[in-house]
Amino acid sequence: MIQAEGLRKRYGPAEALRGVDLDVPQGSVCGLLGPNGAGKTTLVRILTTLLRPDGGSARVAGCDVVRDADRLRYRIGLAGQHAALDELLTGRGNLELFGRLHHLPRRTARSRAGELLERFGLTEAADRPAGTYSGGMRRRLDLAASLVVAPPVLFLDEPTTGLDPRSRLTLWDLLRELAAEGTTLLLTTQYLDEADRLADRVAVLDAGRVVASGSPAALKARVGGDRLYVAFREAADLARGAEVVRDALPSRGTGPGAGPGAGSGVGSGAGFGKGPTGLAGDATGIEIDRDERRLAVPVPDGAASLVRVASALNAAGVAVEDLGLRRPTLDEVFLRLTGADAA
Amino acid sequence: MTVTIDPPATRLGRLRWGLTDTLVLAGRGYSRLRAQPAEIVAVLVFPVIMTVLFGYVFGSAITLPGGGDYRNYLMPGIFMQVMAMGAVSSATAVAEDMARGVIDRLRTQPIARGAVLAGRGLADLSRALLSLAMMALTGLVVAGWRPHGNPFRVLAGFALLALFGFAMMWVGTYLGLFARSGAQADGLTFSWVLPMTFLANAFVPLEGLPGWLRAVADWNPMSAVVSAARELFGNPGSAAASWPLRHPVTAAVCWSVLIIAVFAPLAVRRYRTATTR
Repeated sequence: MIQAEGLRKRYGPAEALRGVDLDVPQGSVCGLLGPNGAGKTTLVRILTTLLRPDGGSARVAGCDVVRDADRLRYRIGLAGQHAALDELLTGRGNLELFGRLHHLPRRTARSRAGELLERFGLTEAADRPAGTYSGGMRRRLDLAASLVVAPPVLFLDEPTTGLDPRSRLTLWDLLRELAAEGTTLLLTTQYLDEADRLADRVAVLDAGRVVASGSPAALKARVGGDRLYVAFREAADLARGAEVVRDALPSRGTGPGAGPGAGSGVGSGAGFGKGPTGLAGDATGIEIDRDERRLAVPVPDGAASLVRVASALNAAGVAVEDLGLRRPTLDEVFLRLTGADAA
Repeated sequence: MTVTIDPPATRLGRLRWGLTDTLVLAGRGYSRLRAQPAEIVAVLVFPVIMTVLFGYVFGSAITLPGGGDYRNYLMPGIFMQVMAMGAVSSATAVAEDMARGVIDRLRTQPIARGAVLAGRGLADLSRALLSLAMMALTGLVVAGWRPHGNPFRVLAGFALLALFGFAMMWVGTYLGLFARSGAQADGLTFSWVLPMTFLANAFVPLEGLPGWLRAVADWNPMSAVVSAARELFGNPGSAAASWPLRHPVTAAVCWSVLIIAVFAPLAVRRYRTATTR
């Protein structure tokens, strides 16, 4: 449904896109991840006919984004980073305006506006100016405005930026419904959990290039398997605990490459990202964080290892404060792929 | 739930859609006006204040060298000034749409090229006409303004002012597309439009100006518009030295058409490539 090949775009001396390839099948949700300035918005602008690429080609819904731009505009919807609404018009007025601009007859535009208001939970606020809406309501109205003619392809540029958690969940539900109805969605986001929850496929964009793509699970697998965490009640138990853990696990020739590097726990709350202080690795890949009285170790067979380690620690009488398995998050994938953890 | 629409195949069909788009977007302008009481004040009350203020403040001190009533002299000048200032509101409105991403959204929709700007222009123009009517009424009732001559010439005078207003609106739209916010657009237009209206024969006769300044004022399109309006309304004017002021109606029409011919295509081109950011 969306195919891009070798897309390039430069703004003066700065290259925003340096040959982007993308393939999004019909009815799927593609999450476009990338740090600020990676070229996400530029890519969306090219695919929605707002910008002309300097090189390469792209087709959306069977239309070339440059040569068939006029025809393509009948087949896409865009919800941008700003809620692109007329703040003075009412919610209903905005939707009717966009319906009329899609050449719906007046009555159809009116009934379509009513339907969308209902579906997006805005019926009560329908006749208030959009300028009085809360952030979440605006985003919903904005999304509704891009759906007036139910386009087969919908582009969403950071749809939930700045929303509170509840509004985000509501919006996610709406997006999932749309995908279930067969709409192809391309969404850019900085929130990795958003991509994780919504996207069938993720493309990671960095400095104008796609550096990785695949399902969220496949991307996570690239960073490595599960990791086991143990937190000890007493700092003094740390060394002995590490020995017990090492003995409990099947020995294998794990090197530093088996698990994520030292700075990998960003954003997860269980982080080992404290820098080199008190951190030590050894041949089994056990990392020890003395400040937090914790250790972490990559394990090949998640749950089985957990059970073995738990009973071994119990048998050895080491007081454990916390114990658990953690899968790598998309955050780790992201930081690793975009080289942001080099710093 | 899916509504499928296909673009019209014929040129005539496309033209009709373009017209509909323009009207729908002009309608948006009217709805905005209704939703903004402050704006109604700006459109209706401000011109009245200007008329009364200038009429009595300047009118109390200025005597025309050629004789004639100052307030009759002044009215065409104020009409022109309000038309010219339309550039500021057009610039602000289009810049706000830009900053908000409304322009981006409109550009991804199957809307006829130019319809967004033309619709905006139509709304702005009708606003300008409303102001004009309000000022004419104030002039007639309060300031003692009396147009002479046949009603068709008077109507032609208003039509000419509206044409000039339309031209200035394109200038404002073009500049507004470069601004990043409404306030910036305001600065980008107000800063030269207002001085230009004073560097013309709108409020004072040009005889007293130093030579170089007089040359500028003589060739200022706004002077031609004011002179033309005076001629069509049968109001007193001042001695004309330059070609545009000796043939003010022709000059005013030419200037307005020239401005539209330059700025409308520029604005449409800029609109097609400008994006929010």
